[in-house]
Amino acid sequence: MKRAGLAALVTGLGAKGAFALDTVTLPFGNGERPLVRYPQKRPMIGLTSRPPQLETPFSIFNDGPLTPNNAFFVRYHLADLPYNLDPDKFTIEIKGKVDKPLKLSLKEIMKMKATEIVAVNQCSGNSRGFFNPRVAGGQLGNGAMGCARWRGVPLKTVLDMAGVQAGAKQVTFNGMDGPVSDKTPDFVKALDIDHARDGEVMLAYGMNGEDLPFLNGFPLRLVVPGYYGTYWVKHLNEITVIDSVFEGFWMKSAYRIPDTPNNAVEPGTAPKATIPINRFTVRSFITSVTDGAKLKAGRTMLRGIAFDGGKGIKEVAVSTDDGKTWTNAKLGKDLGKYAFREWKLPVKLAAGAWDIKVRATNNAGDTQPMDPLWNPAGYLRNVVETVRVTAA
Amino acid sequence: MTSKLLLACCAIAALSIAAATAAPLNYTVPEETTTLKPGPNLDVVQNNCTACHSADYIKTQPQGEKFKKDFWQAEVTKMIKVYGAPIDDADVGKIVEYLAATY
Repeated sequence: MKRAGLAALVTGLGAKGAFALDTVTLPFGNGERPLVRYPQKRPMIGLTSRPPQLETPFSIFNDGPLTPNNAFFVRYHLADLPYNLDPDKFTIEIKGKVDKPLKLSLKEIMKMKATEIVAVNQCSGNSRGFFNPRVAGGQLGNGAMGCARWRGVPLKTVLDMAGVQAGAKQVTFNGMDGPVSDKTPDFVKALDIDHARDGEVMLAYGMNGEDLPFLNGFPLRLVVPGYYGTYWVKHLNEITVIDSVFEGFWMKSAYRIPDTPNNAVEPGTAPKATIPINRFTVRSFITSVTDGAKLKAGRTMLRGIAFDGGKGIKEVAVSTDDGKTWTNAKLGKDLGKYAFREWKLPVKLAAGAWDIKVRATNNAGDTQPMDPLWNPAGYLRNVVETVRVTAA
Repeated sequence: MTSKLLLACCAIAALSIAAATAAPLNYTVPEETTTLKPGPNLDVVQNNCTACHSADYIKTQPQGEKFKKDFWQAEVTKMIKVYGAPIDDADVGKIVEYLAATY
């Protein structure tokens, strides 16, 4: 763990060291955003500043299957952040329906047997700006996702230490960040007890071999492989086992998806019933060429990434004729069923305009729709992506 | 190198080691740069909205004819009912008017 690097960075870049460098324009209406610089981060696409929400510039996804910590997206809900937290005094409580309530220091957690998992974290509203009709909320392009090697201890280990009592139904997670007004519901999330004890859900302190960056939840965050980022509670310091289904706002009212077979409704309509958002839909992207690119006619190597909610990617197919015919790409190294899976495919593009599409299928046979699905909150986007290029 | 300068360097080195191991973190975010655009009832909006979030929350929402009074009325209602924003009834219409006219 490179603790020193963090402190040095934070010390080295004060308020004056951070400024808008330039702007980028995301490809939807009102998509102009500043490129902003925060401590521990390379220039990022700034969505909001209080609380901070930063999107990863998409070109970074062409650099490899692991997203660097300094490029990883940032999403907060409430503006009271623990900017002055002291990792040496940090503790996490495990309480509620347990035999032995615990209070563990960061040092104690780091002394326990560690595990690692490579997993994608993706914001529920990633790509919301592309919804048609548009919906309110964070107007994100495709950069509110990333894949990292997380290191920590299984949640199961600490729950077993505390001794979960019979009748436990859910576990709730609260972090040190909170609302500005005490009338605003604190950001608390819940998982079913069996999910919480599956051995994969993790209390993570390490990310790609370093400490978590502050804005990604330092010093400890929940990692819920295959599940949307809303469950990955940052600055996690309170775990409560309960014997009921949690009724807090961020589970009962927010982050809900239509309870329909594909979790979609007719565009512009409201669902009759909803359920909490859960696993990622299948997605794939072309990362080696950008929309509108001009290429040299002839042979081009296309590359990209694919991921899903944990079944693992089975195949990635590419079409250069707007979806009429498809060719399977060669998959890259398998870093685990929750990771970005790289793919590549050599194609020959004669002079002219080309619509290149990519579509992934997972091991359960789930794939991506050719036309976008819609829901009122702008979640789960996973339409087959198209990149339009010209070869000459 | 003079001994005085050497001493100063040692002091700096000791300081950075202290900074590397001792807390608190003191993470510093950049200053906010987005401001609310001029418009009717700007002061009411300033007083009611920016205590909890920065102005870019407003600026980055979808824009156009479909995103005027009804859209902003729903957003202001959400802020009050869901997030507990302490907005006086008398101010709600003024805030919606500003948002619909300005964004």
